[in-house]
This record gives sequence, structure tokens and C-alpha cells, in this order.
Amino acid sequence: MNRRRDFLRASLAAGGGLVMGMFVPFSGMEARAAQQGAALSNVWVRIEADNTIHVINARSEMGQGVFTALPMLLAEELQVEVRALKVELAPASKEYANQLLGVQCTGGSTSVRDAWDTLRLAGAQLRTMLVSAAAQRWQVDAAACQAAQGVVHGPAGQRATYGELAAEAAKLPVPQQVALKPARDFKQIGKPTRRLDTPSKVNGSARFGIDVTLPGMVYASLEQSPVIGGTAREVDDAAARAMPGVIDVVTVRDGVAVVADSYWRAFKARQALKIEWDDGPGAGLTHSAMMDRIAATASHMTPDDVRLTIEQRGDAAAAMATAVRTLQAEYRSPLLAHAAMEPQNFTAHYQDGKCRLIGSTQYQSGFVADVAAALGLAEQDVAIETTFLGGGFGRRVESDPAVQAAQISKAVGRPVKLVWTREDDMRHDFYRPQALHRLSAGLDAAGRPVALTLELTSQSPTQRLFGLPKDKMDPYMVEGAVAPYDVPHARQDVIAHDAGLRIGYWRSVSNALNAFANESFFDELAHLAGQDPYRYRLSLLAQQPRLAQVARLAAGRAGWGKPLPKGRARGIALLAAYGSYLAQVVEISLGQDGIRVHRAVVAADVGQMINPDTVEAQVQSSVVFGLSATLGNEITLAGGRVEQGNFDSYPVLRMAQMPRVEVELVRNSEKPGGIGEPVTALAAPSVANALFSLTGKRLRQLPLNMERIAS
Amino acid sequence: MTVSFYLNGKQVTTQAEADTPLLWVIRDEMGLHGTKFGCGAGLCGACTVHVDGAATRSCLLPVGDMGGKHIATVESLSPDNSHVLQQAWIAHDVPQCGYCQSGQLMSAAALLRSNPHPSDTDIDNAMSGNICRCGTYQRIRAAIHTAAKAMHQHKGGKQ
Repeated sequence: MNRRRDFLRASLAAGGGLVMGMFVPFSGMEARAAQQGAALSNVWVRIEADNTIHVINARSEMGQGVFTALPMLLAEELQVEVRALKVELAPASKEYANQLLGVQCTGGSTSVRDAWDTLRLAGAQLRTMLVSAAAQRWQVDAAACQAAQGVVHGPAGQRATYGELAAEAAKLPVPQQVALKPARDFKQIGKPTRRLDTPSKVNGSARFGIDVTLPGMVYASLEQSPVIGGTAREVDDAAARAMPGVIDVVTVRDGVAVVADSYWRAFKARQALKIEWDDGPGAGLTHSAMMDRIAATASHMTPDDVRLTIEQRGDAAAAMATAVRTLQAEYRSPLLAHAAMEPQNFTAHYQDGKCRLIGSTQYQSGFVADVAAALGLAEQDVAIETTFLGGGFGRRVESDPAVQAAQISKAVGRPVKLVWTREDDMRHDFYRPQALHRLSAGLDAAGRPVALTLELTSQSPTQRLFGLPKDKMDPYMVEGAVAPYDVPHARQDVIAHDAGLRIGYWRSVSNALNAFANESFFDELAHLAGQDPYRYRLSLLAQQPRLAQVARLAAGRAGWGKPLPKGRARGIALLAAYGSYLAQVVEISLGQDGIRVHRAVVAADVGQMINPDTVEAQVQSSVVFGLSATLGNEITLAGGRVEQGNFDSYPVLRMAQMPRVEVELVRNSEKPGGIGEPVTALAAPSVANALFSLTGKRLRQLPLNMERIAS
Repeated sequence: MTVSFYLNGKQVTTQAEADTPLLWVIRDEMGLHGTKFGCGAGLCGACTVHVDGAATRSCLLPVGDMGGKHIATVESLSPDNSHVLQQAWIAHDVPQCGYCQSGQLMSAAALLRSNPHPSDTDIDNAMSGNICRCGTYQRIRAAIHTAAKAMHQHKGGKQ
């Protein structure tokens, strides 16, 4: 697979609008289906003679609800209840590539957008074939037959299940032209639907990566270089090897693994390793020096740094000179870890030149490619099975645990389950990059912005992961960089600078960094203009009716402008991202421990909703995830070592800190947008804006912790 | 050494070293995978089980101290989701990724046993040791209230 080419093609196309997935009617997967006894199949569905209908889910379920939403798309057109479907997770295969990303990957809030036409079309094609088969059997007009609940009914009361018709339907040509239902005919899409994975998640039976067991499996615990990128120079494993249950000690790319007959024995023996590390190029890194360098990049560009203008309207410099008032501000965002509840782990079995992988992954095709490369195998000799993911948030697009497990398995010749500790997970993450935003604006006499400039310096996650050339703009750095407001003269520049630490995609990616800066800054402009921040925004959204609508909805529900009890204040933030439109109003107070968020009102227009209950759940989820980062999360480095290790030093929101979250959902039948991520981005600016309203103090650096508030 | 204890009502015996946390004996030796490893430091609650009825973090609990004790894991609630808390969790569609939910359910079960009418504050206090990165807290709170109500309506039902 050529990741770079595939990714570039997809991202290029995505820039010019949505690329719809193409339907691959019958392919290599058909042979596999035939072996499994299916009478009728395409890459997405297998219908068996006994009317069992399997749907293949090609996206990873990490909480965001695709295990239910994607089958709903297919069920709608196939005319079956989604609960009647058996959902299977797809293997790694080209047919299952995400057409919006060019690879088989779950990310970028793309799952529904990618599957929207593909899965409905797949369902409609199969239904058409089944109805045609019934019409032939009964010698009637197909238009006189109806499909419902997995059964085709004929005009004279004839009846045949899909399973009974499947073998005959399979002989018919796949119809290339089928009409998809208009939104008004939807029976399942848009209706709140219970998740299909919930029953297994309340009795302990849901299988996550960490739960995988294989016959003869052994356990590994891996000591990695305390400085990311370092290597083991000298290993004394004598004491570890002497400990009970230890099978082997093996050195792999990223460290030294103890393999034992139980996890605990492997972990304990790991403590007895004596390793001398070569810290590598990250040896002296500190987060503050990295940020200083980021801040200096614009004026001290090196050949490794790249500056690109992402958007230019009018003449910002000239317009700025005409402004009655101007404002400049700088915003800083820290490194963040993902801290999914399931620590990184993977199970691998290398045998006879082939490797089988099982675990929690967001990126099947990348894991296969990376393991194949690391083990010197052809990609077709690496198979991957996806379990449920105990959270992803972008961390599980990174293949390092799978590569490590595969290398260890190859070294010991047995199936291996590698389990990281929480500290391993937090100290060997691919962090959300630091970012520095410099914004300036000029207002006219009425307070309207006439000129705006942005200079954003941050690091590209896509360069490392997908080999994006340095001179190409990373689409995942610029999401949300251009504020949605009417400003006649504007220029936005992005500077890509590698600060020396590996970084990755973190829920809502650059939207969160950019929204913090933009939405804080427009709040500042409103105050400078002496106007209400909500009404000021509305006055600049003439070209953004959907964003204006959610702003009005959120403000209305939150009681914007109405008096609050003493000591409380509101803040607002807006975002258009992933084809969705979001507004959030928070209500906060200040206590001895810091900011307390009492209430968060979110209005969301995600276009056509598939499962509105999941849309609501993702909004609730994103509020919590965003607030954890906003109020208390920061990864710091001393001597190249990450200083945080567990939830004591990286405190995330707990039940007692949970605000009341109220969600207003807009119902329409616009093209579906993504909702797994974007609301995450609204926490920081809405809270920072509320804090200003409450205290008159503007914090331009995250997190908004007590130390910064008091300083 | 040999330690015997009761796991979900059944007597089990382990030869694991005494300092082995109960969590790993339950998962790797007894094969019950519902109880999860989250932090290894008693900070997140994913490994919550009941020890003689009290919600306890099993990742820090040496199995050597478990002799004769009664341990209950999420699997003890019911395999068919008939427990009042499982029903409430399903009614509110609480789980997202689901990884923390076994621990959440076991903390909630211990709470309802000692306090059948918990207020929001009671729930916050009892549940704040259980982290959920997917942010299902609001639904957990609602589900606990639903379960508490259901317990009163169906006295004698499975709890």
C-alpha cells in the first residue's frame, strides 16, 4: 500500500468537497463469503439461506457509536430492522478503505460521512436484487412486490424470506442505478436507536484488545526509553531472567521486553532490568524550551520550517492601517496526552512467516503495513482482527504497540499479549502538539473588524504518520484556522515547525487549538468594541446561517443575557467543523480549587442525524473530554522525560465535577456531518470567555488552572 | 503459597505469588475479563470489584490477603442483563467505549446496597473514584436514579 499517495489523493479530493465512497459490488471478499456459506453477499452484507444477515462494519467502535450507526444506514435500504443484523468487524482489506481518508482508518469524524452513500447503496442494491428474484420466481412485476423486515411480499400474498431468495438473487446482475429513499421515507435513520453494543458492555462480555487470549499465549511487559526515541545501549537482564515465570527477555525497536507466563510476573521482572539508555536526540527537551522555539520560529525560520498562507482575502495590511482600533493577542496551547481508559496493548502471533494481530486499532491498514515492514513480511501475510476499543481519541492510529507485540512474538515464537502500564501509556504517547497563535485585528468606528491576520505555529501530525511532504499544507493543522466571521480583509498563515517530540492526532485535532485562539480573540474584539460577545458574533455571521442558527439556539436555551446568581458568568464559543455546526454556552463560577463549570448548553446541527441519541451522547462526551483538557491537563517535559504518569498528575474530569449538559439538536436533512470530535474544541474558548466575563481577566494560555488564574 | 477465596459465589484457589494483585488473578488466571486494568494505582476505578460487599480497587489488592473472602465481579450481576442496574444502564444507553463500565456498575451496586435512595450528591461522592474518559457521567447518574426507583417498585427482584 502506498499510504502517502492514497492519503494525498483523498485529502486533495476532500479539500474540494466530499468524495463519496464507491461501491465495490463483488470482489475478492465474495470468495470468503462463499466459504462461510453465504447465499448472497457483497463486501458489506452476507445473507445466509436461513435468513441470517451479517453486516460488515469497517470502522472501529471506540465509543462513538459506529457499531450501530453504520448498520442503520444499510438496514434502512435493505428493509430490515437494524437489531436483526449480526454485526461483524471487518478485516484489513482495500474494500474497507475510508474514501475520505484513502486508508482503512477510523478518524477525522468521517465514518458516517464516508458510509452515508456507500452503505445505503449497498443495501438498496441487494434489496433490489432480492425483490427481482422474488418477482421472477412468482412471475409478477417487481414493482408489485414489497420488501419489509427481511421478507419479500408478492401481490397475491406470496412470501419469501431474503434467505430463501438469496441464491436466486445472487445470479442476477447488480443494478447500477437504484434510487435511494428520500429523507421523508426514513424509518430508522434519524430515530433514536439503542446501541447494539450496550448489552455486552454491561455484563463484562464485550471483548477489548486487553481481553484477547490465544492458546499458548504468554505475556509481555515492555520497558521503553524514558526519553522518547532513545535506545537501550546496555541491558543486564540476569536478575529479571531469574524471576519466577520469566520465559525470555528480548530487545525490540522501542525497548526491552520481559516475557512471562503471567502479566504480573512479566511486569515484576521488568522492574529488575538494569538498562543503560542512549537518550537520543530528545535528551534535553523541555516543554518550555519547545514553546520558546515555537514562538521564535516566525522570526527565525530554518530550512526545516515551512510557512504557508492558507487563505487571503483583500489586503489585510492596508485595511489594518485604516482601523480605528487594533488588537493583538497571542494564545498558547500545551502538549496533551490521550489517556484512553484502556492502556495500550496488542496481541500478536508470529508463526511460519505470517503474523496474526488482534486488538484495539483505529487504523487497520496502517498497522498491517507497519508490522509487515518491521518483520520483513509481505502485507498479505499480516492479518488483523479488530476488537472493541477502550477509547481511541486518535492514539490508536499509532501502531507502536502492535509492532512491539509482533516483534516480541517473533523473538519468542509464541503468541504474545503485550500490555502497557498507565505510566507507559502517558509517557509514550503521540501528544497533541503545542501551538502558538498570533492574531491581530483592526476595527472600524462601529467596532466591526475590517482586517484580521493569523499566524499559527505548530507541528504537523500528518508529516510523520503519512509522509506528507514538508512543502504541502497539513489539512489537519488548518482545520478551524480560518474563523467563520465576516471580515473583508484577512490573511491566515501557518508555520509548520517540528519541536522535536513526536506528536499525533488528538480528538478534534487542530480544531481545538484553532478554536481556542479564534473564539477567544473574537470575544476580545467584542469587548473592545463594547458589544455583547454573542450579538457581536451574530452580526458577523450573515454568510453562515447554520452557524448563526445554533448560536441562537444555544444562547436562547442558556438564557444568554439574563441575570445569573452572584459569582457566576457565561461564555460562548462557536465552531463549524467536519460538516457540522456547533455552539456552546457554559456557566461557571470560581472556587478555591479553580473553575467550576455548572452548566454547558450545546446546540448542534450535524445535518441528517443517523442516531440522534448517539449524537447527543457524543456532545456530552466531548464536553467532558474538552473540559478535562481545559481545566487541568498539560504534559510537561524535563530532560526529555514526560513528567506526568497517571491520573494523579494528569487529572481528568470526575463525576463530582460534571456540569449539567443540555443538548439542542437541529433536525434537518442536510448531508451528514461528523460529531465524534468537534464539540471538544468548544470547551477551552467558552470557559476562557466566561472567566473573562466573571473576573475581567483574560487567560490566553491553557490549561485554565488555578495557578494561571491567580498569577 | 495457596490462597482460596470465593469468586462470584464459587470457591477458587490460586498459587499466584501473594503480592499479585487480585485483578490479574481474576483476569489472567480465572479468565473473567469484565474487570479492567486502567491505572494500576487505585486512581481510576476500572478494576472495581466487591470484597465482602465493599467496592474495592482490585489492582492494588494483594491476592495473598484474600483468603476466605467473597469477591464479586461485574459478571456476578447477571449474564443475561436482568440486574436492575444493567437494565437501567441499557435504558439510558450509558456506555460509549464501555471500558470503565464494569467498574462503574460495581461502584453503583455497592452504593445502592448501602443507600437505596441516593441523592445526586451521594452519587457524586460514591462514583467520583471511577473515571470515564468518554464522559458518560450524566447518564450514569440518571441510570442510578432509575435503578433506585426500580428497586423500590420491584422489591424482591434481583438486586
